[in-house]
Amino acid sequence: MENTVTITIASGKGGTGKTLVATSLALSLPEGVQFLDCDVEAPNSHIFLNPQWEMEVPTGLVVPRVDESVCTACGECNRVCEFKAIVVIVDKVLVFDELCHGCGACTYICPVDAITEIEKPIGVIRKGSARNGIHFLQGLLNIGEPMATPIIRRLKKEASPVAKITLRDAPPGTSCPVIESVEGSDYTILVTEPTPFGLNDLKLSVGVCRELNVPLGVIINRADVGDAGIHAYCREEGLPILMEIPLIREVAEGYANGVPLIDVLPQYRDRFQELFDKILKEVRHG
Amino acid sequence: MAEAKTSPRQLTIISGKGGTGKTTLTAAFAQLTENKVMADCDVDAADLHLILEPTIKKSVPFYGGRNPVVDLDACTKCGVCTEVCRFGAIHDGVVDLFACDHCALCAHACPEQVIKMEDAHSGDWFVSETRFGPMVHARLGIAEENSGKLVTMVRKEAMEVAKKGSRSWIIIDGPPGVGCPVTASLAGVDKVLVITEPTLSGIHDMERVLSLATHFNIPAQVCINKFDIHLANTRQIEAYCLEKGIELVGKIPFHRGVIEAMVNGKTVIETDVPEVAPAIHQIWERVMGE
Ligand code: SF4
Ligand code: SF4
Repeated sequence: MENTVTITIASGKGGTGKTLVATSLALSLPEGVQFLDCDVEAPNSHIFLNPQWEMEVPTGLVVPRVDESVCTACGECNRVCEFKAIVVIVDKVLVFDELCHGCGACTYICPVDAITEIEKPIGVIRKGSARNGIHFLQGLLNIGEPMATPIIRRLKKEASPVAKITLRDAPPGTSCPVIESVEGSDYTILVTEPTPFGLNDLKLSVGVCRELNVPLGVIINRADVGDAGIHAYCREEGLPILMEIPLIREVAEGYANGVPLIDVLPQYRDRFQELFDKILKEVRHG
Repeated sequence: MAEAKTSPRQLTIISGKGGTGKTTLTAAFAQLTENKVMADCDVDAADLHLILEPTIKKSVPFYGGRNPVVDLDACTKCGVCTEVCRFGAIHDGVVDLFACDHCALCAHACPEQVIKMEDAHSGDWFVSETRFGPMVHARLGIAEENSGKLVTMVRKEAMEVAKKGSRSWIIIDGPPGVGCPVTASLAGVDKVLVITEPTLSGIHDMERVLSLATHFNIPAQVCINKFDIHLANTRQIEAYCLEKGIELVGKIPFHRGVIEAMVNGKTVIETDVPEVAPAIHQIWERVMGE
């Protein structure tokens, strides 16, 4: 869209400073940024932005329920379910909610319409507002629930499509929850650290962004410890290094206490603004 | 070390998120524990191989799910697939595999029957030899799903290797988060060691992962990495463990030598990082030796 921009902040693994960057970027931009914490398994951004929660939307997944008085135990549902979540044993149908993807194939196929669907709660979306006029949205997966992606999907739906600037804090890794978080964004910032671990994980994340065709840039955190592998890799791959943040004791302490980077080092505000302008230029003009 | 009795015991090391030193700790455990099999279940962003440098002995393709493949010449663009798909993943026969949930509903619904589901090669798993013994690990293709299923495969194979070699332990490097792959890495293990750090986010993630262990009824122990970077938060973790009756098995100080060891592909035991190596040794004794 013309006047909106969505930037995702991601990293191959946690603990590289992804949340540190995402929250400080949000605080450095003009008021009214929309912030989505998509790391629904281990959301942390609220610790730094400290939002006032205003509402909570339960999020569910539709799962099938079988009316035994109608069911003829024909086994069609069992046959079509790719996830072995619905099983017919002799004349009984068993549904394993934790395996179900809520795809609706069983409901669709049932020849006698014995299946209805109920919404099973798997998490919540929380909305609130934080400093600097930030509209804060967080997804939270219930403990014991396996599927994070439906919550991220819902979180994206709950977000305002007209917000000028949207930032998404993505979960670590390269599988579905990350894809869901990166998908539909205009730009991705990958946060890494200059160690072989950081490099290994960065390569994976770069792969994700390239598969999804999302332009990207790299921020190196704790840039002064470790080795030169990241620089060499970025040079080879033609990836812009957007910012380097050295290991500073005060920043680490602030992080431990939930204090955003730019509160510890206010001079970073300008640097984040510049970084944003640069990204915006690239997004708008390619 | 005791002889393997019936079946090997299993320990999962997790942190709720990455970057807390989980792989450093797991690699050290790999060196310290005799007669074990390592299982890297952080299949989404595997790191353990960077330190253990496995030599792959066996590589097996992993088929995580099936992809809809449409015969576009026969497709009449009737739109039924688009209508039934709940993931907005198919438009008149053209599939967006990133959005696709691989549920096959479109294939069942297509009136022309021109959609076939085909096995998708979504990764590989390996049995390897390392300088510290056998290791089972995996690589999930980029943008693939079903990492939970791949974790289960890795664990199953690790169990085979352990049984064959009468090994007494399987040490599992767990994935971040609390979702599907984590659940798969915890199912049926004997104990879980949670490594955390004294930051508010570390504490938050630790609490979530501990409730997951409780949910599955798995005895959990906690250790704190870089405990000296924030003593007040460390005390908070100590108090939390005390209150919940969770054993705190040790505290590891911050030392730059840990990063150096990592950069050189060595365990902190091999490079004997001052204070860190003894601390981990002590944790290892409390976790493995009863
Ligand atoms: S909704 Fe889909 S995943 Fe769930 S039981 Fe039915 S067919 Fe299986
Ligand atoms: S397999 Fe399921 S999710 Fe994928 S395109 Fe077909 S209906 Fe949609």
